[in-house]
Amino acid sequence: MHYPLKRLLVFPLVMFGVSVFVFIAIRMVPGDAITAMLGTESGLLTPAQREALRAYFGLDQNWIIQFWHWLTGVVQGDLGLSTTFGKPVLRVILTHFPLTLELAILSMLIALGIGLPAGIFAAMRKDSAADLAVRVIVMIGQSTPNFVVGLLLIFVLSVGFGILPQMGTFVPFSEDPLRNLGQMILPALTLGTAFAAAVIRISRSAMLDILCEDYIRTARSKGIPRRRVIWCHALPNALIPVVTLSGVEFGYLLGGAVLVEQIFALPGLGRVVLDAILQRDYALVQGSVLFIAFNFMVINLLVDLAYAALDPRIRLDSN
Amino acid sequence: MTPLLSVRDLCVGFGARPEDNQVLHSVSFDLEAGETLAIVGESGSGKSVTAMAVNRLVDFGGGAILGGSINFVEADGTVSNLAEAEEAALECIRGRQIGMIFQEPMTSLNPVLTIGTQIEEIFRIHHGMSRSQARAAACHALECVRIPDAERRLTYAPHQLSGGMLQRVMIAIALAANPRLLIADEPTTALDVTIQAQIVGLLTEMQRETGTGLIFITHDIGLVAGFANRVLVMREGVAVEQGALDAVLDNPQHAYTRHLLKAVPQFSDGKSVRSDMKRDQADLQDRALAVDGLTVRFPVRAGLLRHQTGNVHAVEGISFDLYRGETLGIMGESGSGKSTAARAILDLVKPTRGEIHTARTVRDGATRPVQAVFQNPNASLNPRLTVVQLLAEPLIAMGHKIDRKAHHRMGSLLDRVGLPSNSLQRYPHEFSGGQRQRLCIARSLMLSPSILVLDEAVSSLDVSVQAHVLDLLVDLQREFGLAYLFVTHDMAVVEKIAHRIAVIYAGTIVEIGRAADVLATPKHSYTRQLISAVPSIHRRQCEFPVDTRDVPSLVRPLGWEPQLAPWVSSGDDHRFRAEVSGDVS
Repeated sequence: MHYPLKRLLVFPLVMFGVSVFVFIAIRMVPGDAITAMLGTESGLLTPAQREALRAYFGLDQNWIIQFWHWLTGVVQGDLGLSTTFGKPVLRVILTHFPLTLELAILSMLIALGIGLPAGIFAAMRKDSAADLAVRVIVMIGQSTPNFVVGLLLIFVLSVGFGILPQMGTFVPFSEDPLRNLGQMILPALTLGTAFAAAVIRISRSAMLDILCEDYIRTARSKGIPRRRVIWCHALPNALIPVVTLSGVEFGYLLGGAVLVEQIFALPGLGRVVLDAILQRDYALVQGSVLFIAFNFMVINLLVDLAYAALDPRIRLDSN
Repeated sequence: MTPLLSVRDLCVGFGARPEDNQVLHSVSFDLEAGETLAIVGESGSGKSVTAMAVNRLVDFGGGAILGGSINFVEADGTVSNLAEAEEAALECIRGRQIGMIFQEPMTSLNPVLTIGTQIEEIFRIHHGMSRSQARAAACHALECVRIPDAERRLTYAPHQLSGGMLQRVMIAIALAANPRLLIADEPTTALDVTIQAQIVGLLTEMQRETGTGLIFITHDIGLVAGFANRVLVMREGVAVEQGALDAVLDNPQHAYTRHLLKAVPQFSDGKSVRSDMKRDQADLQDRALAVDGLTVRFPVRAGLLRHQTGNVHAVEGISFDLYRGETLGIMGESGSGKSTAARAILDLVKPTRGEIHTARTVRDGATRPVQAVFQNPNASLNPRLTVVQLLAEPLIAMGHKIDRKAHHRMGSLLDRVGLPSNSLQRYPHEFSGGQRQRLCIARSLMLSPSILVLDEAVSSLDVSVQAHVLDLLVDLQREFGLAYLFVTHDMAVVEKIAHRIAVIYAGTIVEIGRAADVLATPKHSYTRQLISAVPSIHRRQCEFPVDTRDVPSLVRPLGWEPQLAPWVSSGDDHRFRAEVSGDVS
């Protein structure tokens, strides 16, 4: 199997493209790093002090030289120094990423765990009352913004029933798994249910399409029990669009879910990137966008491998 | 003795209110064990619905049985009325006692499961076999339908096999559990004529061995003449006539049966070719098209840097000429390169080598001498354009103005192809299949071409519609002096329309000559094989030999140059490629 290898060879090219783009894009944003960093105090700086600071962060050189310095660093695994955290960018990202990863995995498990069975169930009972109910729930789920669901969950469960622990200071999974999961369950539900609605919709319609295919008719003509027709003949075919959708969603989630992190006071990657942009923390923005792009490429590769595993018609090597 | 299957007054409807949308009206027939019943009819006649009502697959397509009975004698001798059976009982009958084969082998097998899985599950579900037992049984089933290298083929996915192979796999699946009844719904319609002969040969042979009752559904009354015992003719959901094969074919009682028998293009070994063209009298100025050494190759790429490793030799050294008012029939099976040759002449693919000369006879503004009509009129007409817009397209493409004269031409062409004059503002979906093909013909004539490339132009039409469109083509040819390049796989059709015939096999012309000569005294073994595979109502109870040879691969390494066999002349204007014994090409 040369395919994954070939794709890995393309990674550096894409990363280079992304870094050029983000390097220019963040510098197109009006305002400069020094002013953003010091806020109102920046007015007190003498021009000489300002210049000294710019020189310290390497901002006085022209873009091409800045880019070259940054790029040579990246190749050696050094993403530069964050101006806001005063720490290496890579360490900042790696500190906040585990939470984001955990949140993404939990939300995907919830979304697929609810979405797939519900979608298949609705497709099998097309136009029944149950199907209609599922479709109404999907419509509500898809049209309700994340933060509304989150706030409702907090309100009903924590305040109303007192079932789930209040957030408090975030505890990593490695320190206290139970307490950590207790803190994560609400944000994961918030993200998961929203995505579950999309999964239901797509798996239902894919399943309905597949059930009209000639080969399902063939399977029925062979006297195969209804359950086996659904699970062994229809489902593998219907999974393909679900895998596509899940790959994209998972990629977004790994980039951080800013709103949900904000609501539940979670120190995830999303908030780090948001702060970095607001503070004109060039190195951190560049580093995290590169990191997110890398995640996306890994996920796309995994999605393609999943396609090939699901559908023998997809031959990765010839494409 | 009670017959194996006895259908009485079967009525089927579709939709939410099936009573209001009844498609099958009181159909009755009997089938004895070991007997073959052919159900014949045109599209929409209800023949497939009848078949799917028998094993109640019609339930899954939104259909409902409104009345009547389907009495089926099960293996243990009990008679069950399938019209009233529960789904659970039907699951035990389907596959185990009633097998079914469908029209499209390419879409009838699950693309994500291996051939082996799809055969084995029958043995495991119906016979409770273990995994290894089922595998052995599946392997045996594939060998029974003459699939070479069965053990390895079990691990293949459907897309790795050809259409003919897949239909054999379908037969193996349908017969896996030794059913007492086999329903074949147009099993050969999507296949080439030589493959069709093999599938029919295989089916009849298996039936002889197992004593299965067979219901064979087809639109081709000539095909079933070869092997059916009884025939049921259907039209608009009604069984208009049924009886023993010879009685129905030789002494049809119902007007529709007579019409159907007359409409079916009969292949008569070159006895009924056209006689309206005397080529020797034509002079060179009348030559509309000359093709010399046309070769089309498609690169095969592989590896990390996508370097070219070989070529698909789709068309190899084709030469012929075509005169005004003449039809050259290009015969060949799928994958033979006949359509690629046509596309090269239309300038839709770039020839690797060779020359194509068209006579630029400028008659009332003709600027494009070659126009085309394709197989599927539904797909060739943009559904969002009205007839006016569709007919204007070729003019717009050539930069002409759509003026009063253009509209006048549209009107007269529509009239000429037999469409009502109020068609101009209508959309393609408002026409029937035959009318749509007439529309395509009218569109192709908008620029007054001298040559029409007709790529399987009548293949997707019902037989009676097909006959009318062929008549129209002949009339238009006489009126406008058109030259036709008629690409088809259908012998009976080509006999009706062609003056000359070129037979293409594996990318090269293996035989070319006057239609009468080629069809009556075929010289090349492949032409003979094609002709012997053509079904006809005159060929009763004939044997179709089962041949498992594969078509040779057209993929060759880089730099490979084919050695075309030399031409052998067989009389005036009739040549064929010399053959080495035992080798078809």
